[in-house]
Amino acid sequence: MSAVLEKLLATTGTTPKELEREPLVLNQRSLGWISDRIAGVCENALPKWWWPAFLISFTVMSMMFICIAYLISTGVGVWGLNNPVGWAWDITNFVFWIGIGHAGTLISAVLFLLRQKWRTSINRSAEAMTLFAVACAGIFPMIHVGRIWLAWWLFPLPNANSIWPQFRSPLLWDVFAVSTYGTVSLLFWYTGLVPDLATMRDRAKTKIRKFLYGLGALGWTGSNRHWSNYEKAYLLLAGLSTPLVLSVHSIVSFDFAVSQVPGWHTTIFPPYFVAGAIFSGFGMVLTLMIPLRTLCKLEEIITVRHVELMGKVILATGSIVGYAYGMEFFIAWYGGNPYELAAFKNRAFGPYWWSYWIMVTCNVVTPHLFWFKKIRENMVIVFIISIFVNIGMWFERFVIIVTSLHRDYLPSSWGYFSPTWVDICTFIGSFGLFCTLFLLFIRFLPAIAISEVKGVTPQADPHHKLGGAKGGAHH
Amino acid sequence: MNANVSIQSYGLVAEFDTPGDAMRAASSIRDAGFRKWDVHTPFPVHGLDAAMGIKNSPVGWFTFFGGCTGYTTGMLMIWFMNGFDYKIVVGGKPLFSPFYAFPVCYELTILFAAFATLIGMCFLNRLPRLYHPLLKNRRFAAVTHDKFFVVIETADPKYSPVETRKLLETAGSRHIELIEE
Repeated sequence: MSAVLEKLLATTGTTPKELEREPLVLNQRSLGWISDRIAGVCENALPKWWWPAFLISFTVMSMMFICIAYLISTGVGVWGLNNPVGWAWDITNFVFWIGIGHAGTLISAVLFLLRQKWRTSINRSAEAMTLFAVACAGIFPMIHVGRIWLAWWLFPLPNANSIWPQFRSPLLWDVFAVSTYGTVSLLFWYTGLVPDLATMRDRAKTKIRKFLYGLGALGWTGSNRHWSNYEKAYLLLAGLSTPLVLSVHSIVSFDFAVSQVPGWHTTIFPPYFVAGAIFSGFGMVLTLMIPLRTLCKLEEIITVRHVELMGKVILATGSIVGYAYGMEFFIAWYGGNPYELAAFKNRAFGPYWWSYWIMVTCNVVTPHLFWFKKIRENMVIVFIISIFVNIGMWFERFVIIVTSLHRDYLPSSWGYFSPTWVDICTFIGSFGLFCTLFLLFIRFLPAIAISEVKGVTPQADPHHKLGGAKGGAHH
Repeated sequence: MNANVSIQSYGLVAEFDTPGDAMRAASSIRDAGFRKWDVHTPFPVHGLDAAMGIKNSPVGWFTFFGGCTGYTTGMLMIWFMNGFDYKIVVGGKPLFSPFYAFPVCYELTILFAAFATLIGMCFLNRLPRLYHPLLKNRRFAAVTHDKFFVVIETADPKYSPVETRKLLETAGSRHIELIEE
């Protein structure tokens, strides 16, 4: 008992009633209910919406692969690229998708280190989202190199010319950042999956399911001697993923910031890109979670409170993004560089003014609706705002890349970029790939971390009366 | 000790309904001086390491040496490729400098450390394991669901078929079973 409570007891003869924490799983569900409900998503008969959703996603994904085949067989001329706009939708899509991934790592690693227990309901699917977003992101730099069969020159592998990659280029740093990010996210995700694959193995009704889930579970028995090493490993992976996630988008921003192009060459880029990435990622997490919790009947585990808290993260990161937009303009003026100022004036009022103001509307104005609790708790409005965030963040990257490039140093080489149907279909197709992978994930793997959700319930706490504590008091 | 029992059986398994019960049982087994025993739970139970007398996990050493290896590998690789094996002058910059090499080495530090962490955890836990006597037991399958099991191996020097069973009964288990190897 704390000193304050002892004093209270001595003076008034009573102590105030202990306030119970708001439960993370609603309706005081049992431990068994949690595994039944979550594993049930993979075990029960397919819900009616799954096949239509999968077929649509699969068709859209196929469209992307057809576009890529056309691109490779014909050349990058099938895109709308020109001189001076040598980077457009390809790199916009790359930065967009890689940014989306950042929320998954933030939820799984940073919120874990900060002991935010509410993360347990959403971390698994957010990490899956990260992996699939990185998969989508990885496609674009690969196919934009023109001669795609030489893309392996990006990696430090011996080739016939005996030339090695040139490590002074931030583009090469990016290769390492993104491939490390994908790999470490996969390891972290898999580590988290091991105990849940054991749950799936122990529930499996057919031999083949038992074998396959058992293979993934590595022979997990829930031994506490194992949990001890496991928890330490998980903590360390979270500790490694945190500097990783901050570095990945910083290095992505170096692709631009280390160059000399006005509009790109700014020191604010790394933190601004990281905040934007988390902002866009939480937008995508909400876009996925709100239908998921309803369609898979997981409302008691992914509660309104979870959605509300994510709304707050969007508000915070959205405010940082808004601040960064303002600061960029301030520095463009205060820095006294006429080319920089011209680039920014052109960004807001030049030929691409419409994309700049779409970006400002979606990223600066809409997140501030989340100041209101009523809005954060309204699933339909939150879903709509999350779509706005996704649109806004795509336009942010488009604005940064294309408006900075289309007016080069020589007015004679100024140009304008318009996408072709191949640009558009490839981008839309990447959503097909993303949704296909996500639908397969929720069908075959537990979409919520079963063991972690159990761990944050009161009946999992040996010092709580529901967890079997004698006398029913905390100590 | 009965020689026949120790050859054929793996250990005594006691089932508990709550983490609190399993933890109290664990404290009493720790105090009785057993060595080859374990508590199996559906999720990591807070405080159980202390109740069992498990020391801090050494996984961090794997992470540390993995990270050091990654950083050194990065620096050596970049020096070898750009500063030694095929020298290309770019923008008048030095052929090798730890500053431009840093971002890549930073990523490799994390990459190698993450692999070392996972591999180290598997090594310390002796995983993957294709066969385990406990996983044959139908009742034990609830360990990944909602039950808590205390297992004392027959190989433990302190194990005795009668006394050990009595100890687990006193700890409050309502279902105790001898599991075969």
